[in-house]
Amino acid sequence: MRAAVITFPGSNCDRDLAVAFERILSCRVERVWHRDRDLGDVDLIGVPGGFSYGDFLRCGAIAARSPIMADLLRKAEAGVPVLGICNGFQILTECGLLPGALIRNRGLSFVCRPAGLEVASDRSPFTSGYRRGERITLPVAHHDGNYVIDPDGLSRLEDEDRIAFRYLDNPNGSTADIAGVLNRRRNVLGLMPHPERAIEPALGGGDGKRMFEGFMEVAG
Amino acid sequence: MKAIISISLRGGVLDPEARAIAGSLESLGFDNVRDVRRVRRIELDLDVADRDTAEEQVRAMCERLLANPVIEAYEIEIPA
Repeated sequence: MRAAVITFPGSNCDRDLAVAFERILSCRVERVWHRDRDLGDVDLIGVPGGFSYGDFLRCGAIAARSPIMADLLRKAEAGVPVLGICNGFQILTECGLLPGALIRNRGLSFVCRPAGLEVASDRSPFTSGYRRGERITLPVAHHDGNYVIDPDGLSRLEDEDRIAFRYLDNPNGSTADIAGVLNRRRNVLGLMPHPERAIEPALGGGDGKRMFEGFMEVAG
Repeated sequence: MKAIISISLRGGVLDPEARAIAGSLESLGFDNVRDVRRVRRIELDLDVADRDTAEEQVRAMCERLLANPVIEAYEIEIPA
């Protein structure tokens, strides 16, 4: 298996994500710069967390228009799995791959703590390692994690079983406690919590590791 | 040619920053503030000769980058 992790100016979880891919999926990881135009022949694409372009204009807005994104959109449409975490989730909504948008947390504070989540759908390569309804804990660390979507968009997500994770104790004001969503084809997941920071019991738990293990079982 | 773009959150999207500003004004004793809206203003200096072209270009810029139509509305003003 081969994976790519994109680095934007201001990404800061790119190495963590590459390590998670390498260790758990035992795959080769290409580190791709945002100005490149080709992700190569890959089976998995990671869009990491951080503060690309200092969150200028809107979080993820400028990164979503970088040269590499055209190839990401092409590959996502062809069915290549794409995982966007935190700023990566913001970028995937800004480029139109995922619906909705992420705005400033309702409480206005940066939130950095373990978050309890409910697995709302196990029907995707990224959530198949969990059981629907199961409760897990992953760290969150964000200022703009307040997921906004209009009522029609929300019913579509619910009807199509595309809400992947919900917060048990909503830390940011997100509509319907949404912490992560899938695209219609179910090969693209965006989420605010950080599974790549929960792959070692010594560092934040092991619940994130199961996302990668589940992926491995489906895709490996 | 100058263009001024005003970008604000769409009605129905709750703006936590505007709400905090309203709360702070109230705590200062300004108790007659019914609502606060934050508007971001972007000014462009364009190398374009006619108004129609300028407006068309700025609209494209708003749709593709400057505003996020999912949450934001924008207005374009091109002063004579």
